[in-house]
Amino acid sequence: MLEAGTPAPDFELPSALDHTQKLSDLRGKRVVLAFYPNDWSPVCSDQLALYSQALPLFEKHNAQLLGLSVDSRFCHQAFVDDRHLHFPLLADFEPKGAVAKRYDVYDEAGGTSQRALFVLDEQGVIRWAYVSPNEVNPGADGILEALEKLDGDGGQP
Amino acid sequence: MSHLQPEIGAGDHRQGPADAPLQLVEYGDYQCSYCGEAYPAIKAAQQALGDKLAFVFRNFPLPDVHPQAQGAALAAEAAAQQGKFWEMHNALYEHQNQLDDQHLEGFAQRLGLDVERFKRDMQSQAAADKVEADFESGIRSGVNGTPSFFVNGQKFDGNWQGQGLLEFLQQQ
Repeated sequence: MLEAGTPAPDFELPSALDHTQKLSDLRGKRVVLAFYPNDWSPVCSDQLALYSQALPLFEKHNAQLLGLSVDSRFCHQAFVDDRHLHFPLLADFEPKGAVAKRYDVYDEAGGTSQRALFVLDEQGVIRWAYVSPNEVNPGADGILEALEKLDGDGGQP
Repeated sequence: MSHLQPEIGAGDHRQGPADAPLQLVEYGDYQCSYCGEAYPAIKAAQQALGDKLAFVFRNFPLPDVHPQAQGAALAAEAAAQQGKFWEMHNALYEHQNQLDDQHLEGFAQRLGLDVERFKRDMQSQAAADKVEADFESGIRSGVNGTPSFFVNGQKFDGNWQGQGLLEFLQQQ
């Protein structure tokens, strides 16, 4: 896992909404990266539904949430439609898990990313990073605390 | 380990003494089937522990997953305006497959509420704010699904099903 203080590696990935998302296009906003193993798995579904409902709380802190897994964009689209998720899911699909590997949160044995959270500041620097055991839904309290801490720091690294 | 934020306060709906040695808080969604399963488990714990247990319920609706959860939460808060929060809470968990507006009004009528006022209160900012504040406190406390329980301020991640909740409380 890349540690706090590291500049977040840039990436451009297809999203479920038929366009691509480049991380550096979000400069000036805070970004929450939520890596998770797979669409449709029970724990992920709970975690992402929770985050979707918590979006207004993230937005209060000028933060954009992005979900990332190794699933394809068509799989993401079906998942988003089925679960009514209100944030983009990015397909780290080809080459498989390349972005997860650059953030050092790839699970070679499982062939998926780990369940990992990163909070990036407005300059694209990682300010908080956390890896949860695969079967544990980490909730959103850590994300919210990290965003509030950034508010306290005046957004300066 | 995640802990309850904020602590139990005057704005909470509570059953049992404020100074009870066991303080149980549930974050729940009225349309969630696991919460429906927790409902009798909590009742059993209350019956077994009597005045040793205080129970607080906070709203944690996930309307994208459960489309009627938000309306049901507002109904409970609107009933609270007429002093019947727990009566409505019970009606909702005892009729989880009947949470549309028509049934909600039917519950209000059966509980002897002023139904016109109940309908107004359901639409009120105060009710929406209470549900939102509960949800935000849940996120802050590390709620990661429903039901989530806190015992004396600490998140309880063990098995609450069957006798699990009561047994855990008895061990405290």
